[in-house]
Amino acid sequence: MKKTLILIAGLLLPVIGFAAGGGASFPNDDITIDWDDKASMQRGVRTYVNYCMGCHEVSYSRYNRVGADLEIDDDQLMQNLIFTTDKYGEKTKVGALMTNTMNADYAAEAFGIVPPDLSLIARSRGVDWLYNYLRGFYVDESRPYGMNNGVFEKVGMPHVLAELQGYQVPKMGTRLNSDGEKYEVIVGFDIVKPGSLSPSEYDQTIHDLVGFLDYVSEPYRQTRQNVGTGVLIFLFLFLILAYFLKKEFWKDIH
Amino acid sequence: MSSDGVDNNRRHFLTAATVVVGAVGVGTVAVPFLKSWSPSARAKSAGAPVEFDISKMEPGQQVVVKWRGKPVWIVRRDTNILATLSKVDGNLSDPTSDQSIQPEYAKNEARSIKPEFLVVEGVCTHLGCSPTYQPEVVAGFQGFFCPCHGSKFDFAGRVYSGVPAPTNLPVPPHFYVSNDVIRIGEDGTV
Amino acid sequence: MNTDNKNNGLAGWIDQRFPMTKMWEEHISKYYAPKNFNFWYFFGSLALLVLVLQIVTGIFLTMHYKPDGAEAFISVEHIMRDVDWGWLIRYLHSTGASAFFVIIYLHMFRGLMYGSYQKPRELIWIFGMCIFLALMAEAFMGYLLPWGQMSFWGAQVIISLFGAIPIVGDDLTLWIRGDFVISDATLNRFFALHVIAVPLVLVMLVVMHVIALHEVGSNNPEGVEIKKHKDENGIPLDGIPFHPYYSVKDIVGVVVFLILFSSVVFFMPEMGGYFLEHANFIPANPFKTPEHIAPVWYFTPFYAILRAVPHKLSGVLAMFAAIAILFLLPWIDRGKVHSIRYRANSFRWLLTMLVISFIGLGYLGALPPTELKTFFAQVFSVGYFGFFLGIWWISKNEKTKPVPERIL
Repeated sequence: MKKTLILIAGLLLPVIGFAAGGGASFPNDDITIDWDDKASMQRGVRTYVNYCMGCHEVSYSRYNRVGADLEIDDDQLMQNLIFTTDKYGEKTKVGALMTNTMNADYAAEAFGIVPPDLSLIARSRGVDWLYNYLRGFYVDESRPYGMNNGVFEKVGMPHVLAELQGYQVPKMGTRLNSDGEKYEVIVGFDIVKPGSLSPSEYDQTIHDLVGFLDYVSEPYRQTRQNVGTGVLIFLFLFLILAYFLKKEFWKDIH
Repeated sequence: MSSDGVDNNRRHFLTAATVVVGAVGVGTVAVPFLKSWSPSARAKSAGAPVEFDISKMEPGQQVVVKWRGKPVWIVRRDTNILATLSKVDGNLSDPTSDQSIQPEYAKNEARSIKPEFLVVEGVCTHLGCSPTYQPEVVAGFQGFFCPCHGSKFDFAGRVYSGVPAPTNLPVPPHFYVSNDVIRIGEDGTV
Repeated sequence: MNTDNKNNGLAGWIDQRFPMTKMWEEHISKYYAPKNFNFWYFFGSLALLVLVLQIVTGIFLTMHYKPDGAEAFISVEHIMRDVDWGWLIRYLHSTGASAFFVIIYLHMFRGLMYGSYQKPRELIWIFGMCIFLALMAEAFMGYLLPWGQMSFWGAQVIISLFGAIPIVGDDLTLWIRGDFVISDATLNRFFALHVIAVPLVLVMLVVMHVIALHEVGSNNPEGVEIKKHKDENGIPLDGIPFHPYYSVKDIVGVVVFLILFSSVVFFMPEMGGYFLEHANFIPANPFKTPEHIAPVWYFTPFYAILRAVPHKLSGVLAMFAAIAILFLLPWIDRGKVHSIRYRANSFRWLLTMLVISFIGLGYLGALPPTELKTFFAQVFSVGYFGFFLGIWWISKNEKTKPVPERIL
C-alpha cells in the first residue's frame, strides 16, 4: 500500500513543472506586486486613467471602490480620475462603473478589434506578462502603427506610452531550434529616441500600472486572505476540541 | 465495548464544548450568506442621491425626478397654491402629519424646508399608483388625484379623509445644496 | 398505530404520526457499522457535506446570476465585486466542485481496494456510478454558466462529439444546443438543468445509495461480514453504533477537510489555473478560439482516452466505455474475497497499474497533444482497460489468503 502511494506521489511531481514556455518572448522578467504599497497603485490608476481608459474600460470596477481601497477620497476621485458624463449629461458619479465613451463599432473599424476591457486582464494574462508586454514595444516600419511588440507579436495596439518610454529598436541574437537550424530572437532593446522618463523610471511606472491592474482584477484579495487567516485559526482550535471528543468516546472501543 | 470507568463529566463537557463552538462556527458561516442579501454596490450606486436644479422652474410647475426607482415630485408652489393649505385642514385625515413618513424638517404644514418647493414621493399610499397633478380646480378638487381608486392629496401631499389611501405621501430626505440645487436622498446639515 | 412508544411529549406525538425515532435508530443510533473504519471511510460523509455546500452556495449564486449570453459573465463579476461576500460564495462553489471530484475519486478508490462493490453490495455500486455520471453532467453544465472563453469552447468541443454518432449525430447536436452554435439557448437550458433537474436527481440517488448501504450493512477494510457473528440481542459483535462513534469521528474528518478546503478557498482559489482556468477570465468569443482548449482537471483522464484513439467515433465510444465498464465491475470481478489485504499480489499490481494509468491519463489530458504524448496516452489507456481485463482473468482462480472470521 505504502509503495503504491509513494509511486503515485512521484508521478505527480511533473504535473507541477508546467512551464509557461516563454523562450522566444522578450522582455522576460518577473515582478511581485506589493498590495500594501497604496501609493504605487495610486500612481498606477492615474496612469491608467490618463493613458489607457480612453480605449480600455475597466467596466466591472467602481470608482468609489477604488477610492476606498486605494485611500483616495471622493473629491480626489472626481478631480483626478473621473472625466466622463452619464446619460443625463451629469458628471459621472463616484459609485458608477469605470466605463468609457468609445463606441464599439468605431473601435472595431479603427483598430480591427474592440480594445478589450481590462478588469480581469491580470487574471487571464498574469502580472509578469503585462509587465513585459508594456515594456516590449519596438519600432517596426512594417506594422500599421510603426510598432511591434516582443511579447505579443503583431499586436494591434499602438504604443500609447511612447511619450514616456521613448522609442526602442530590438537587438537580435541567434538560437538553434530542435532541428539544429538557426533562428533569430530579440535579446535586448536600444533606445533610439528617449521619452520623458528614464528606463528605470519607465519600469517603475509600468510596475505601478500593473500593480493597479492586479488590484482591479481582484479588489477583495486582501479581505479574502485576512478572513482566511481567521477561519483557519478557528478551524485549528476546533480540530483540537473535536479530536479530544473523538478520543474520549473511542475509549469505549479500544 | 467497555463502559467501565467512563468519565461522564468529561464526556458531557467535551460534547457541550464541541456543540457550542460548532454552533458558533455555523452561525459565523451563516453571516456572509445573509449579508449577501443586502443592497449590492450596484443597488447602492443606482440608489444614490439625485440632484436637481430648481432655478428654471416656473411657479406652479411639477417636475418628476427618479430616485431609488420611485418618482419624486418637486412642485414649485405659487402663493395661490400655498394659500389653499390651511383651508383644507378639516378635510384631511392627518393634517399635522403625525402618522406619515417625513423627516423632522418636513413636519410642518407645508411639509417642506422652503414653503415654495414641495419635495414628495409620487407614490399613492393606498396601493402604489402614481397620482396626477391637478393644479386647476376640476369637479371641485385641486391637488393630487390618484386615478386608480380615487384617493386625493392636497398640495402638501396630505391625504384627504374618506379615501382609500391611509397616510400622507412620504417626503424623502433632501436638502438644498445651494439656492438653485436640491439633493434628494440625503439629509443636509441644514 | 404504534402506542408503545417510549417517548412522551412532542417526540411521542410525532412518532405516532411519523417514524422519526424509528428512522433515527435504524440509520444512526442503532445502525451498527464495523469498528475498523480507517482513513478511506471518511469520504462518504465528506461527499455528503460537499453536496450540501454546493447546493447552498449554488442557491445563493442563483440569486444574483443572470443566465443570459449578454449578461452572464458580467453577473459573475457583479457577484464577485458588488454583492456583499459574493466573492466568498463564488469561491466556495468553484472550489467545492473540484473538492467534490477529489473526494469522489478517493471514495471510489476505497471501493476498489476493499471490494465494496462485490455481492451483496452491487446495487450500492450501481447507484454510486449513477451519482458519478450525474455529477459529471452537473459539473459540465455548471462550467458553461460563467460564459468565459473556456466555458464556451469546452462546451463546443464536447457537444460536437455527439456529432460523431452516425446518422443522428448532427441532428442530435443541434437538438442539444438548441441553436447552430453554443448560444443563449444552450446557456438557458443548461442553467435550468444545472440548478434544478440534476440536483434533484443527485439528491434522490444519494438517498437511494445510503438506503441500499444500510440495507446490507457497510463493508470494512478487512472485508469481513460483521453480520455473521451477532450477540444474543442480534447486534454484530464487531459492530458499533454509528452514533456516537462515527458521528464524532466524522466531525474530525470534516474539520480536517475544511482546513484543507479553506486553505484553497482563501489562499489559492485558482489553484494555478486548474480550479479557475485563466482563459475563463475572458468573456466568451465565438470568433476567437483559445490557443489550448482543455476540460477541467477532473475530466482530463477521460478526455485523454478520447484523444488517444485516432478515429473520432471510436474515441467517443472508448471514452464512454471507460465509464460504462466501471458499472460492470461487480460482475467482472469474479473473486469472492473482498479486501486487498487478503487478495493475491496480482490484484495489487493491477490496482497499481490502474492508478498510474488514471493519473497519467489525467496529466496528459490537460496538455496539448503531441505524437509522443498521444503514444503515452494510448499506453495508459491500455493500462486502464487492462485493469478490468486483468481482474476478470485473475479473479476466477485467485490465490487469496485466508480471510479472518472476526475483526481483531
